Amino acid sequence: MREELLAIVERNSRIDLKELAVILGVEEIDVVNELAALESEGIICGYHTMIDWEKTSIEKVSALIEVRVTPQRGQGFDNIAERIYKYPEVTSVYLISGGYDLLVTLEGKSLKQISGFVSDKLSTLDSVLSTATHFILKKYKDHGTILTKKYEDTREKVTP
Amino acid sequence: MRNPLADKVVEIKPSGIRKFFDIVSEMKDAISLGVGEPDFDTPWHIRDEGIYSLEKGRTFYTSNAGLKELKEEICHYIKRKQGVTYDPKDEVLVTVGGSEAIDIGLRAMLNPGEEVLIPQPSYVSYEPCVVLAGGVPVIIELKGENEFRLTAQELEDAITDKTKVLILPFPNNPTGAIMERKDLEAIAEVIRKHDIFVMSDEIYAELTYKEKHVSIVEIEGMQERTVLINGFSKSYAMTGWRLGYACGPRAIIEQMVKIHQFAIMCAPTTSQYAAVEALRNGDDDVKQMRTAYNQRRRYLMSAFKEMGLECFEPFGAFYVFPCIKEFGMTSDEFASRFLEEEKVAVVPGTAFGDCGEGYLRISYAYSLENLKIAIGKLAAFVERLRAEKRA
Repeated sequence: MREELLAIVERNSRIDLKELAVILGVEEIDVVNELAALESEGIICGYHTMIDWEKTSIEKVSALIEVRVTPQRGQGFDNIAERIYKYPEVTSVYLISGGYDLLVTLEGKSLKQISGFVSDKLSTLDSVLSTATHFILKKYKDHGTILTKKYEDTREKVTP
Repeated sequence: MRNPLADKVVEIKPSGIRKFFDIVSEMKDAISLGVGEPDFDTPWHIRDEGIYSLEKGRTFYTSNAGLKELKEEICHYIKRKQGVTYDPKDEVLVTVGGSEAIDIGLRAMLNPGEEVLIPQPSYVSYEPCVVLAGGVPVIIELKGENEFRLTAQELEDAITDKTKVLILPFPNNPTGAIMERKDLEAIAEVIRKHDIFVMSDEIYAELTYKEKHVSIVEIEGMQERTVLINGFSKSYAMTGWRLGYACGPRAIIEQMVKIHQFAIMCAPTTSQYAAVEALRNGDDDVKQMRTAYNQRRRYLMSAFKEMGLECFEPFGAFYVFPCIKEFGMTSDEFASRFLEEEKVAVVPGTAFGDCGEGYLRISYAYSLENLKIAIGKLAAFVERLRAEKRA
């Protein structure tokens, strides 16, 4: 049940417990217990809402930043990652294989704010060797959801 | 002018679904639960392979029986799923959907006047195809109390000395019924005893929700007397690609290839390339779709229970087949009024044979969100009918 439950709530965390129990074919109490276990094990880390900010009048700018760093003895990348993720404007930090080390995503109110963050805070950290900032121009698909198009049922209405 | 038409064709009744199709198509805001195909798009990697085949200029006929790679993949697949071996060289034929396989399989096997047993409720094409092939359809009326499975006794009772072929439509459209191993073993004994053949339409084989699908060809002594039909439409959401196949004894497939080569030439080349990809790398897609269907199936069963609507639990395909006998209306009346008053289309059970009277086919090839809206309307309608009855 765990895998199926996770797949469902990953797509729709607002689904009610009774319905979850029905479609999984288990008792409601089992769903409640399993969700509680998943939360306490840190497997479910939060219930977020996907928002397409583009469609609102609120200004938001996001960027992906490639960061090359010098790992520290005994700490690897953990310390520097922590230094970076503590900034509230940082939305995610990943350690990446390949041409650079950390991929940082950032959300800000304006280009200026983001470039300010990169030049004043990120680049000045001791272990940061270089950064490359990519501003996001348009989101087509996020978290498995296509943002640019609505599903349309084009099937014939009644078929044998 | 002389009558240009063949009596045999004119006498075939048009499909009972047609009427509803016409009404629903004209209603702007109607919700339909009447669709017999998956709501998923064909998985992208499969479509991509079709597109790539076009880019490479694979736009010619394939050999009559189908692409060699595809026939090999089909045999691997059946070996993997059913544990039964077919020779890709001459025991497999790739067809234009499972429908073509049904048609030419019957034409290859029937002499005039020979009888074909058709369990109903079932898919609409068996009966006309038997008639067009010169055979005589003999209907076996399956029963709600048997969960619409075919029993050995029902089979035994229908067999005459003219019986040649039994059509075995499981997992079943429209009932969602399946035949488990013990059910198949019971009928297999009768089949062997009377020396008849089987056309097993297993197009919904991937969509079972209890145990893994069991094919009649897995039962001892049955492979040699069975034409196994399957395809890509339901399992890989590839209805529009029109691709199916038949596996069977060399002697039957050889004659089917003959008809196919003269009538069709070969199945669509693009679809065949896409199908190779589906069989090689499509297992996860099938699993995901099956999981989604199963969730919807559970939702519907629970909703029917809540509204007190009688329905056996179906374990196959993507249909449920609730009973509406308590309302004292025919299936057609119920479906017509439901459409008129709530603007939701369902298909009357009678579209799949007279013994579907008193039942409706509800498809769950729709998202849960859509199902919830439609089922809410069904609950309201059912309440209203009960109130009317009390008054």
